Amino acid sequence: MITFAFYFFAVLITLLFLVTVMSKNVLYAMTALASGMVLISGLFFILGAEFLGVVQLLVYVGAVMALYSFAMMFFDSNKDVKEKNGSAATVFMLGGAIAVMLVLVFTAPIIGEGVASLYPTAAGATTNTHAVGLILFTKYLVPFEVAAIMLLVAMIAGIILAGKKMDLSLSTTEEDEMPEVIEGGDK
Amino acid sequence: MIGLSHYLILSAILFAVGLIGVMRRKNLLMLFFATEIMLNAANIAFAAISNHYHDMAGQMFAFFVVAVAASEVAVGLGLLVILFKKYGTLDLDAFTVMKG
Repeated sequence: MITFAFYFFAVLITLLFLVTVMSKNVLYAMTALASGMVLISGLFFILGAEFLGVVQLLVYVGAVMALYSFAMMFFDSNKDVKEKNGSAATVFMLGGAIAVMLVLVFTAPIIGEGVASLYPTAAGATTNTHAVGLILFTKYLVPFEVAAIMLLVAMIAGIILAGKKMDLSLSTTEEDEMPEVIEGGDK
Repeated sequence: MIGLSHYLILSAILFAVGLIGVMRRKNLLMLFFATEIMLNAANIAFAAISNHYHDMAGQMFAFFVVAVAASEVAVGLGLLVILFKKYGTLDLDAFTVMKG
């Protein structure tokens, strides 16, 4: 059963992410990416990392995808994206070579069998969420707080960057009566 | 039976897909999508190794990767909106200002 679930998720995720990478339409790419993220959380549930799966659903599919769709409303999403691409053979050869290299890198320690667990699962934890809480608020407390500050900084940066001159409408303002939006440009 | 190497190979494949996206895309929004794919591939590897060695450290790192990805999206999209207002396009070739 787990074998079937793994292959089901793996094939679907790979196909959906290929759609994301290859599609010319922003809307198709974003939808495929969101569905791929949902299926990745399925993989996390198989792996016994329930809390990580829920975080993946909430943060990626809930927050990040909502942000992307908000950003997409600024841009013309119906128009196909025009891209000037160089040689496809070079790109595929480079990608394939790096994939082979990654497989080698990842399988090297398994062949070596020299890896041992340094910090085993938290003692006395009943569920995965319990163990995550125990470890996150003891051993990883400082990184957790630093991550909170990082998120605050990112939030302020996002508000300041995107909120500048937000009252101007790009679609209803004519091109010639549009004031210089960003000061200190390339002139 | 599904072992650790299955997950790692899947992770490597997804990372390669994201890398191909980063290399062939010329649209900034699509480039962002490709980086998200690469971050997710890394998360799968973290969770699989964490499960294999019964070590929660992998999952912890996956959480921090998710946090970094969320802030990257917030700042990146702000920059994207500014670039679009300034140039009217998201094509990377249009942003070329240096000669040579």
